[in-house]
Amino acid sequence: MTSGPVIHIERLCKEYQTDAGPVPVLHDVDATVMPGEFIAIMGPSGSGKSTFMNILGCLDAATSGFYLLNGRDVNAQSRDELAHLRNQVIGFVFQGFNLLPRASLEDNVALPLIYSGVKRAERLKRAGEMLEKVGLGQYRRSRPNQISGGQQQRVAIARALVNRPRLILADEPTGNLDTHTSQEIMALFGELNERDGITIVLVTHESDIAAHARRLLRLSDGRIVYDGLVKHAAPAHLEATR
Amino acid sequence: MIGAMLGEAWMAMGANRLRTVLTMLGMVIGVGAVILMLAIGQGAQQQVQASIASMGSNLFIVLSGSTTSGGARMGGGAAPTLTITDAQAIEELPSVLAVAPSSPGTAQLVYGPSNWSTQIIGTTPNYLAVRDWRLASGSTFTDSDVRSATRVALLGQTVVRSLFGEEDPLGKTIRIKNSPYVVLGVLAAKGQSLDGRDQDDTVLVPVTTAQRKLFGTQFAGTVRFISVQAASSEAMPAVERSINELLRQRHRIREGADNDFTVRNLTAMANTAAETAQVMSLMLGAIASISLLVGGIGIMNIMLVSVTERTREIGIRMAIGARGKDILLQVLLEAIIISVIGCLVGVGLGVGGAFAVNKIGGMAVLVTASSIATAFVVAATVGIFFGWYPARKASLLRPIDALRFQ
Repeated sequence: MTSGPVIHIERLCKEYQTDAGPVPVLHDVDATVMPGEFIAIMGPSGSGKSTFMNILGCLDAATSGFYLLNGRDVNAQSRDELAHLRNQVIGFVFQGFNLLPRASLEDNVALPLIYSGVKRAERLKRAGEMLEKVGLGQYRRSRPNQISGGQQQRVAIARALVNRPRLILADEPTGNLDTHTSQEIMALFGELNERDGITIVLVTHESDIAAHARRLLRLSDGRIVYDGLVKHAAPAHLEATR
Repeated sequence: MIGAMLGEAWMAMGANRLRTVLTMLGMVIGVGAVILMLAIGQGAQQQVQASIASMGSNLFIVLSGSTTSGGARMGGGAAPTLTITDAQAIEELPSVLAVAPSSPGTAQLVYGPSNWSTQIIGTTPNYLAVRDWRLASGSTFTDSDVRSATRVALLGQTVVRSLFGEEDPLGKTIRIKNSPYVVLGVLAAKGQSLDGRDQDDTVLVPVTTAQRKLFGTQFAGTVRFISVQAASSEAMPAVERSINELLRQRHRIREGADNDFTVRNLTAMANTAAETAQVMSLMLGAIASISLLVGGIGIMNIMLVSVTERTREIGIRMAIGARGKDILLQVLLEAIIISVIGCLVGVGLGVGGAFAVNKIGGMAVLVTASSIATAFVVAATVGIFFGWYPARKASLLRPIDALRFQ
């Protein structure tokens, strides 16, 4: 399982049901992500990149097509099994951080461990280690509203890492951050990818963020229009898209 | 796992303390009302039952009839138609256990510097058996005291307190209507009768003494009433019939003429009182249960609001690996914590309220472990029942919908 692809997708389609009939969002998307890759997904608004991420993260189901995650057929998994995949295989990082405002940073980072049945002492130990890793060891008992946005995103990354996932999915992780902080967060992702070998897939609309990745997927109108190395991409494929 | 979930539920409750407390208040009032109402109902029931037990079981009272004087009917007991020999004849009837003829009156008692006016009942030693009345100390007078009309007396507890205070009355001589009576015994405490009279404010003397020496009678040997104890409750209708027949015969009452006596089934009356008390108790409990139900609906309402409000948070939890049942457990635990804490406070309030009603209102109350247990079980059930729907609703959310919720 470790040698096979982390993600393998064939002919993936997604339609949304509206009053005016089904609206297609993704058309026959094929993609394979190997362990240790660092991929940026770009595309204009409405190109389906967020939908794509949600399907990759098992938060949403595809209308048709085949999705193999870490060797498992996602379509064949029960709700509980999907929760287990989200808990064990994937670490999710959101644009809006999505921390629990009332919980301490330590408790926020430890939250996924509750759902994998880890004992309290071990939970706090690992949460502490993760906070150290993202450089926030001294803020264990603080609340999310007591730290800056960049620090909150670091906490969210610590939370995504705490269960030692193979794959990190980040949906516009720097969308709410200033340029300097964005670069710091991207440096952290780069480090995780290079040093720990964690596979990273992130959605962005900024070319300088995408430049941190090695591979680029460009989506347009629900289709992949470019799939290759970032450095070989045509300037149009790296165009900022807001 | 449960411990961690408890922590999560506790944190969620702490997020809106005022609302949590108000929700609990519904539960507190519901449980408190149930405990208090049950306490009042059961207290009344217990009081009635104690009075019934103090009356003696399977009991008839035969009253002498009314008299008509110048067109005015004087009421039961006014005409002296019953005699001691009537009582002796009733005692011969089948299924009759004991019979006690009684001649009551009121007189002033004097002992040393104290005096006290009370009811004096002239009767036979059987009276104690019929009324199921024990002696606290000393001994009763005997049939030979009755035959020779000796001046002896048994005192009720209230009389002893009023005349003797702390002093031991046994063997002392009191004066009734200026004649000396020796105190043979002290009656055990009996408490209030069904109609609220103090049964311990009584002196018993031999019936013959009352008739000849204390009150006198219009006709020799007449008594005001006769207490009759039947052998069993099943035998009571037959005993009532045979007393009627016997007395009509003995009093030579013609066919169709009215009785000059009345037979009252006290036990039947008492049972009616007991049933009334029970119905009252049930009704109070039912009314209080409604407030408990309203409290439960309050919990459901708040949990629904709180689940909707936290949809996004639920989405985050699902995105990092919470299963449907984890969410269900957390919301359910929250509902259960609210109802159980509310219940604990409610039990305290109900018990305290019952105590206050007893102290201030003077009402009899009875808080039983079973009523507390019932309230507790009901409250926990209400919490689970009304927490289940919102919890299930939350657990069935799709992660993507929950995350997108604004």
